[in-house]
Amino acid sequence: MKRMVLSGNYAAAYAVKAAKPHVVSAYPITPQTTVIEKISEFVEKGELDAKVIRVESEHSAMASVIGAAAVGARVYTATSSQGLLYMYEMCWWAAGARLPIVMGVVTRAIAPPWSIWTDHSDILTLRDSGWIIMFAASAQEVYDMTLQAYRIAEEQCVSLPVAVAWDAFVVSHTYEPVDILDDEEAKDFIRPREEKSLIDFEDPGSLGNLTYPDTYQEMRYDISRAMDNALSIIRDIDEEFGKKFGRKYGGLVEKYLCGDADYIIFLVGAAGGDARVATNILRRQGVKVGICRIRSIKPFPYKEIIDVCSRAKAIAVLDRSSVFGGKGPLAVNIRAALHESGINIPVLEVVGGLGGRDISVEDFLEIFRLVIKGKKGLIWWGLKGGE
Amino acid sequence: MAHKFFPKEEFLLKGHAACPGCGAALVLRHVLKALGARTILVIPASCSSVIAGPFPKSSYSVPVLHIAFAASAAAASGIVEALDKLGEKTFNVVVWAGDGGTADIGIQALSGAAERGHDIIYICYDNEAYMNTGIQKSGLTPYKAWTTTTPRGNPSFKKDMPGIMVSHRIPYVATISPAYPNDIVSKIRKAAKIRGLKYIHAHIPCPPGWRFDSSLTVRIARLAVLSGVWILYEYENGVFRLTGPSRKLVDKSKRKPIGEYLKLQGRFRHLSERDVEELQKLVDERWEAIRKDIMGENA
Amino acid sequence: MSKVKVPVARPVIGAAGKTGIWRVSRPVVDYSRCTLCGICWLYCPDSVVEISEDKKRVVIDYDYCKGCGICSVECPFNAIKMVREEVR
Repeated sequence: MKRMVLSGNYAAAYAVKAAKPHVVSAYPITPQTTVIEKISEFVEKGELDAKVIRVESEHSAMASVIGAAAVGARVYTATSSQGLLYMYEMCWWAAGARLPIVMGVVTRAIAPPWSIWTDHSDILTLRDSGWIIMFAASAQEVYDMTLQAYRIAEEQCVSLPVAVAWDAFVVSHTYEPVDILDDEEAKDFIRPREEKSLIDFEDPGSLGNLTYPDTYQEMRYDISRAMDNALSIIRDIDEEFGKKFGRKYGGLVEKYLCGDADYIIFLVGAAGGDARVATNILRRQGVKVGICRIRSIKPFPYKEIIDVCSRAKAIAVLDRSSVFGGKGPLAVNIRAALHESGINIPVLEVVGGLGGRDISVEDFLEIFRLVIKGKKGLIWWGLKGGE
Repeated sequence: MAHKFFPKEEFLLKGHAACPGCGAALVLRHVLKALGARTILVIPASCSSVIAGPFPKSSYSVPVLHIAFAASAAAASGIVEALDKLGEKTFNVVVWAGDGGTADIGIQALSGAAERGHDIIYICYDNEAYMNTGIQKSGLTPYKAWTTTTPRGNPSFKKDMPGIMVSHRIPYVATISPAYPNDIVSKIRKAAKIRGLKYIHAHIPCPPGWRFDSSLTVRIARLAVLSGVWILYEYENGVFRLTGPSRKLVDKSKRKPIGEYLKLQGRFRHLSERDVEELQKLVDERWEAIRKDIMGENA
Repeated sequence: MSKVKVPVARPVIGAAGKTGIWRVSRPVVDYSRCTLCGICWLYCPDSVVEISEDKKRVVIDYDYCKGCGICSVECPFNAIKMVREEVR
C-alpha cells in the first residue's frame, strides 16, 4: 500500500491502471477529462499496457468498448452528463449483450442551461438500462470502488456492466490522501478476465441476434436475476476488500449512526460529508439522528433500507436530480420499500443541490429540524424566492 | 467451371432470411468466401440483421457482433484493438453496413475509425434506400428515384461516399458489384492484405425496393456497370484505377444508354424523357471528370 | 447462483426455416443443355446450388431455394427454366 495525494479523477485512473484493462476508450467532457488524460499518460509512459482509442464521440466510446469486451477484453471508459446521454443507446446495448464493462461517470448537470457542476440526473438515466450503478463519495472510495467494479461486473453470475459515479469537482477535482494498492496486492484482488470470448473461429457465435416474442422476455428476466445476484456479490466483494486492505464501506449502503437513530436522511454521493457534520452537531445535542448513504443505486438495496428504517420515527430523502412530474428516483424507491414492509413513518422528499448548488451543514440541520417536526411531502430545497 | 475457381465453403448458410434475389446476400456470400473463416462481422441495424434469422440460430457461420445503427465502425475499432492486445494474429474485422448505416447515421463513427487508421474492412452494401424499414430515402438514394418518403422522386443527389473516404487518405477504397464476383474476390483479398481502414462500396440491386422481378438482380447490377451508372474502380494509396468492364467505358460510345438500366426498375417508372436525359448527362459528366483525371488534365 | 446465459446464437442451415416454401416458381435444370459452367452456382444469393462432381450434375436444394430465378436469367445456355409451383 502506498499513500498518494490524488483527485477523485486521478484515483479512478490509478484504479484502472491496477485493473490492467486491454482497451480504454473515451471522448473528452468536463469534468471527466483528467481521468482519461491520466490513463493516457500511464499508457504512453509504458506503465499500463493498454490500447487507448481516442474516439470521435461518446456513442463510439461505448460502442468500441462493447466491441472489445465482446471479444474478451477488459475495458474502461468514462464520461459525464451530455456524454452519458449521447452514449445512452449503447449503454443499453452493453447491458443487453451482458458485457462486463466498467465506466466512470463524473456526475454533472444536464443542459440547458449549461452547467458543469454536480447533479445526479445524468447517472440516474442509467437506472433501467441493466447497468449496476455504484456511487462513491471520496477519492479513496472512487479508487476502491473502481477496482471492485471489475470484480462485480466479471462475476459469472452477474456479467453486467458497472458504472461507478462520483460528484463533479467536489470529488473529481478535490485532492485528498488516497491509499493505492501495490502490484502484488492488486494482483491478489483482481485476476485477469476469464470469460470465453464471442470470437472463437472454430465455434462461431453471434451476439445480439434478432429475437421473436418467444425469446426476448427471458433474456430480460436473466438480467433481472443477475441484478438480484449482484446484491450479495457487491456485499461480499466489499467484505473481501475490507479484509484484505482494511477499508470497507458497508456494501450497498453506508450507515452513519443509524443503529439507534430516530431520524435519518437518505442520500447519495459527496453531500454525505456535510450531512455527517450536521449529524454530529445534533448528536451532541442529544438528538438521535443518522445518515444512510446509498452506494448501490442499482441494484437498489430494499432490504437494507427497510432495515435502517425499522426503528426510525421519520426520514428524509435527498434527490440530487431533476424531478419533474412525479417523485424523485430515490424517494420513490424508498417509499416503495417502506410501503412493502408496512413501515408507516413520515417521509420528507427533498429535491436540491442541482447544478452544483451547495447543500451545507446548515441545510442539513434545517432538513433534520423539518424531519423531527414530522414534515412530509416533496419540497424543492433552497429555492431562491421560495416555492 | 466458375465453381472451381471460387472458394467452395459457404459461410452464408442456406435457409437465411433474405428476400428472393437479394443482391446483399449474393455479395456477402462472395465476401465471406474470399475472406474465409477467420473473419468477424460487425453488422449494424440493416437488412442483414434480419437475414441472420432469429435467435438462437444464425445463418452466418462466422462470429458476428450485431450492433446499433450508428455504432458499427466504432465497435469494429474496439474489436481490432482488443484482439491485437489479446495476441490474436490473423483475422479480418469486417463491417457490413447498409447505405443508411454508412452514409447517414454511421458516417461519424466511420470517419473516426478511418482517421484512426484501424485495421478494418468496411463494406457499405448500398441498396440505395432504407430497405429494411420499407424503402425510405437515404443519403445514397439516387437523384429522382422513387422511395416511400420521396414519392415524386428524390430531390437530392446521392453522396459520393467513396470520394468522402478517399478524402480520409485511407490506403484502399474500391467499388464492387454483384454482377462481377471475380472483381469482388480480388478487391476483398487485396483489402485484407492492406493495413488500415479499407472502404469498399457495393452496389446492391434490391428487388422489392427498386421494384423489379427478383430474377433480374444480376442483370440490373451488370447494366448499372455497363451504362456507367455504377463505376468499378479502386484507389490504392490515392492512385485511381478503373477495374473490370469499367476500364473500357471512358469512351462514351462504349457505354450503354442509361435508359436500359432505368427502365427495368419501378422506382424510375415516373421519369420523363427529359428526366432520363438529365440523369444521362450527370453520368456523362462524371465520366468526363474521370477521363480528365486519368489524362492528368485535372491536376 | 446461476451462471449467466449470454445470448449467443449459433450458425445452422435453415436459420429462417425451410425457405423453399417461399417459392412461387421452381428452377428446373435441362441437363441436355447444362455444361456445368457454374454460373448458376456463382450467382445464387441463397447458396442452394451445388455442382455435384461425381454425378456431374447441378443439384438445387429445393428445401431452401426461394425461386428468385437469377440462375434461370443468368444461365448462358438457357438450361434452367422457372416452372410455376403447384399450390400446396
